[in-house]
Parts: sequence; C-alpha cells; structure tokens
Amino acid sequence: MAVLVDEHTRLAVAGMTGREGSFHTLNNRRYGTNVVGGVTPGKGGQDLEGIPVFDTWAQAAQQVQPNTAMIFVPPAFAADSILEAAAAGVALVVAITEGIPAQDELRVYNVLRRRYPGTRLIGPNCPGVLSPGKANVGIIPAAFFKQGNVGVVSRSGTLTYQIGNEIAQAGFGCSSIVGIGGDPVPGSSFVDVLELFQADGQTELMVMAGEIGGSAEEEAAEHIAAHMSKPVVAYIAGFTAPPGKQMGHAGAIISGTSGTAAAKAQALEEKGVRVGRTPTEVAHIAVEVLGGSAIAAP
Amino acid sequence: MDLLEYQGKQLFARHGLKVSSGEAVTTVEQAVRAAQRIGYPVVLKAQVLVGGRGKAGGVKLAGGEAQVREHAGNILGMDIRGHVVHTLWIERASDIASEYYAAVLLDRSAKQPLVMFSSEGGVDIEQIAQSHPEKLVREHVDPLAGLSREQAARIAVAGGVDSDVVDGVADALVSLYEVWTAEDATLAEINPLIVTPEREVRALDAKVSLDGNALFRHPENRALADRENEDKIERRAAEEGLQYVKLDGDIGILGNGAGLVMSTLDVVAQAGGSPANFLDAGGGSDAKKVAQAVELILANDAVKAVLFNIFGGITRVDEVARGLIAAFGQIKPSVPFVVRLDGTNDVEGRKLLAEADLPNVYTARTMDEAAKMVVALASGRPVGAAA
Repeated sequence: MAVLVDEHTRLAVAGMTGREGSFHTLNNRRYGTNVVGGVTPGKGGQDLEGIPVFDTWAQAAQQVQPNTAMIFVPPAFAADSILEAAAAGVALVVAITEGIPAQDELRVYNVLRRRYPGTRLIGPNCPGVLSPGKANVGIIPAAFFKQGNVGVVSRSGTLTYQIGNEIAQAGFGCSSIVGIGGDPVPGSSFVDVLELFQADGQTELMVMAGEIGGSAEEEAAEHIAAHMSKPVVAYIAGFTAPPGKQMGHAGAIISGTSGTAAAKAQALEEKGVRVGRTPTEVAHIAVEVLGGSAIAAP
Repeated sequence: MDLLEYQGKQLFARHGLKVSSGEAVTTVEQAVRAAQRIGYPVVLKAQVLVGGRGKAGGVKLAGGEAQVREHAGNILGMDIRGHVVHTLWIERASDIASEYYAAVLLDRSAKQPLVMFSSEGGVDIEQIAQSHPEKLVREHVDPLAGLSREQAARIAVAGGVDSDVVDGVADALVSLYEVWTAEDATLAEINPLIVTPEREVRALDAKVSLDGNALFRHPENRALADRENEDKIERRAAEEGLQYVKLDGDIGILGNGAGLVMSTLDVVAQAGGSPANFLDAGGGSDAKKVAQAVELILANDAVKAVLFNIFGGITRVDEVARGLIAAFGQIKPSVPFVVRLDGTNDVEGRKLLAEADLPNVYTARTMDEAAKMVVALASGRPVGAAA
C-alpha cells in the first residue's frame, strides 16, 4: 500500500505538450507511472511519444479513463483546468502550477467541496506525490527516496528532498511523499494527508514539514492528539523570518502574532509531537522512533 | 503588495466607496497649491507603509497656507520607523460624528472570506479584539455567492451602528467586498470608517494589500507598488526575477526552494550566526542567474561571509557549480564563501568546484557543517582548508 498514487494510478496531464509538462510527464512514465493521456485544448489528436492528447477533460475521461490528473498549465488557466478535471469525474487532481491567484484557489476549494466532493486536490504550487517503487506524479526527484514505512507530508519541495535524503541515508524508506504546497488555500491540508497515512498499512511513522504562515500546523497538532495512533515527527521552517515579509511561498508570511514558527512548534510539542530543530535532527528522531519500535517488537 | 493610503482610496472610489477628495503631492509648493484647490481646513497625511503615522507626527491639520508650508516641510523627508516620506496626501478635513472599523480578508483556516466590523473604530483593531471582543463582529461570506446587501446590513446591525446609518454602512461593506474580489486584494481595511454630522458614511483611511499572483488580471495595478520605499537590493532582485528579502545580519544566504532557504536561515541562526538575507534562486539555476544572485548578496555591505546551500532536485548541482565558477570569474568577491552541494549530480558539481580551486571558497557536506563553518568565517575565525 501507499497513499494517493500507486500501481493503479491512471494519469492524465493538463499542459502535457508544454516544455515543463512534457519533460515531467515522460519522467513520471519512465519511473513506471501509467500515463494514459494528456489534455491541451486545440491539440486533440496529437500525441507525446505515444501518449494521446485530448482537447478536453471530458474526452480524456471517456477515451482513457484517468483516475488522476496532473495540472501543468499556466496560472491564468489552472483553476478552470482543475474544475474541468473534477467535472469529468477524476478522483485525484495534483496541481503543480505555481502562482495561481489566491481567490482562484478559494473558488476552486469551495466548488470542489460543494459540487465535486469525490475529487481530492493536492496543491497547487506543490511538487506532487511520489510512492517509491509504485508511481510518481509530479516533479519530486525519485532518486532520493527509497521504499519504506515513513510517510512524508510537506509544504515545501526542496525541504522535502532534503529530509527524504537524510532518512534514506539513515537506511530508511518512504511509503509516500506528499507535497501539499506553499499557497494560502491548498486543496488538501496536513490533516487530510495525515488521515490517509494513519489508514495506510505500509506507513508506520509520519514526518510533517511545515513552515510559517497560516494555522495548518496548529490544526494538525489538535488532530494528531485526538485521532492518531501512529507517531508523527515535525519540522517547522522560518524561525528567523521577520513579520510582514513574504519568504518566497505566497503562504509563508507572518501576520500579527500568529503563524510564527515558534508558536507552531509549541502547539505541536504541547500535543506530544516531537519537533526537530533542523532537517537532520528530524531524520534522526524519525530513525530513533522507528529503530526503537523495531527493537521493542519481539 | 501593500498599497499606500491614497492608492487604496483610489481603488475604493473606483468601486463606489465614498472617500474625501484630495491630492497626492511630493513638494511643499505642490502641497500649497493643492490645499488652495481643496479648500481649508485640510489634513496632510504622510504616505508610508507603516502604522503609527499620527504618533510620529506624520498627520497634521492645517487651517491656512502658513501651516501647510510648515507641516508639509516637516513631514516630507521624515523618517517614520525606517520609511522615508516621499508623498503627502492632502484632503479636506472631515467632521466626525462616529468612527467604525471594517475589513475584508481571507480566512485561511475556514477557506472563506471574512468580514470584520466594529463600531469601535479609530483605534488599533488588535486592541478592540482584546478589550471588547464582543464589539468585533466576524462573519464569513460564501465566496461563490458574494456578500449580499442583506448580510451586510445584518453585520452593521450586529455591530451596533446608529439605525439611521445601517443602509450607508451596508453599502460601504458591499463596496469594500467588491474591492476585495474585483481587485484581487488579500486585505481591504478601513479604519476609521466615519459617519459625518451630515450622516454620510465615508472611508477616512485605506489599507489594501493586493495579491501579486493576480496582477496579470490587473495590469493597471502594477504601477501601484511603492518603489520609492522599497529596499534598493530588493527592487533589483524583483526586476531580475529573484526572491530576495533583506535581513539585519552579516551572513549572505543563497539556496534553492523557499522552504530550504528558510530552513537554512534557521540553521545558521542556531549555529550562532545572523543571516543578512533570504534569497531563493529557484529551480534551474543557470550560470547567469547564479552570478546575478552573488552580485545581489554582495551588494549588501554588511555581508562578511556567504553560504550557498543547494539541494539539487530539478536543479542540477553541476550547473550551480558552473554558475558559481562563472560568477567568481566576473565578480572576484572579497568575502569567504561556504558551499554545500548535494542532490542531483552532486559528485560532478563538487568535482568541478574542486578543480576550479576558487580562492576563499570552502565546501561542506551537510547543512549543519556548512552553517558552523560560515558562522566561524563571518566572525573571523579560521576553518579547515579551502576547497
């Protein structure tokens, strides 16, 4: 098992004919992901190295039955593409696109909940989802991750690679790596993904990498204490970030007194979640917890 | 992107919110002529993106030309908490019967827009929230339906406004919500929203932040950025498409990916150092981009040492190494560099760097080791052999 993507994934890609889209689509296919089609209005009937292109999500759904959509189109068109994929019945939409206006994200989030509750959105502005050994949907460099029992969920791409690499070097692997993205209104939250890992048979421990801004980490702390039996190790980036300054990610801005790294770390620690102070320390704690349980087991 | 008061008021007026007419000026002579056209008494208001203008002496009433000259002379060029006043907004002084507070913002937790309203305006809203939480009305709006006039009137009534201005306040709230949606704002705030003795409802101040990601829909709003008060290096970075934020320390930082750079700042601080900047080189760091980044970091005279922290995912580490070598060919930096390269093509990247044998460049294998080295170098302590 793993979460979100695996050997049953049937992927179709919006924006597959673009430079970035084609590069990563083929990369995902090379990894073993079953890529069944692409959607680019006006380019229906063409193909990318044998992968058929359709004009609309409805046509793609009818012809090749994707259960997963990846969105690579520019920010101005991304919201409509996500909703079109949902309307065509695609169950999982992974939106890589960076720079979507916050109000478009707000509209997408609320329309999905009301009209298409069967569709789950990961992202936007995220690196995607990788289940090592099974499928890769997005831009996560798979070489740094081995198959294993650690579930990783993160708001940041490169930080995820850094932590995953440290875990791999310590001899452990991952069930799935989920990037939820650094934007103000992500389609899925830490809580949503932690729930999936809690229910996943392969995952024994979760690493959650948060950052300043918003209250998603605090909400995760409450959820972990109330609903989760598997251990979670956390990391928060942005202790040195000054208030009112945006640190690259649109969501990473501290307003007023809430949303600071210190407040988030405290909220998690109060609920018994161990928080590593550096990515390296996070990996060490994860290994310690896993190693400990392995020794304790008969 | 934060707007100055007068720019926010221009957006308000565009959407039917009543504001006092006035003029933005940059010299004393312009101020005098503007005041004559507007008619006395006038209010002169410093246009800076920082609170506490009034206390700092940046807001003054003037009854005649002599006072306009005096106040305009004092306020223009004034430094208000690090922000130099380049622009004055002059408007007709308003008589005030009541002061309210109104705002529309994104509630990230609820994933809905939030309207906040209070009849206790004119003071800091955090203060109202603490001292009179019952007097701060908070209501979510269905983003797919928008703010109806009925809901706006309900908010006004719940906020305890005088009954004869419920309609006026409801209209103002509907207009404010329209500003928020139509202009792609992340915050639209009025403090105070006043009622005049003639019972007119009017915005006396404006605080608007626009979503930078939505500017492609609003080309006319691009010009509103406060370039005058932007840090010069930050402005240059924005023009070159790099994410740079100036900080107060002496260790220059470059990394790839916002999360990893934030994490790098933290690790340097934990090692006892003080970062001079946040700089995200993003994915695909070619030689030109790396050279630009190095120049930006060194444009800050406070920098005593620089840390390059690269974890290559999509970014190829050998490309970053080539960029760094090319940059050193052009710039010849006078401060030491610590370079930590890991990830895609890291072996090649480190080999290139070793072969180039750059003066004053040290390599580290891990983030923690790199942070300790750069902190030592910034404080003048020697570290192991250079690369």
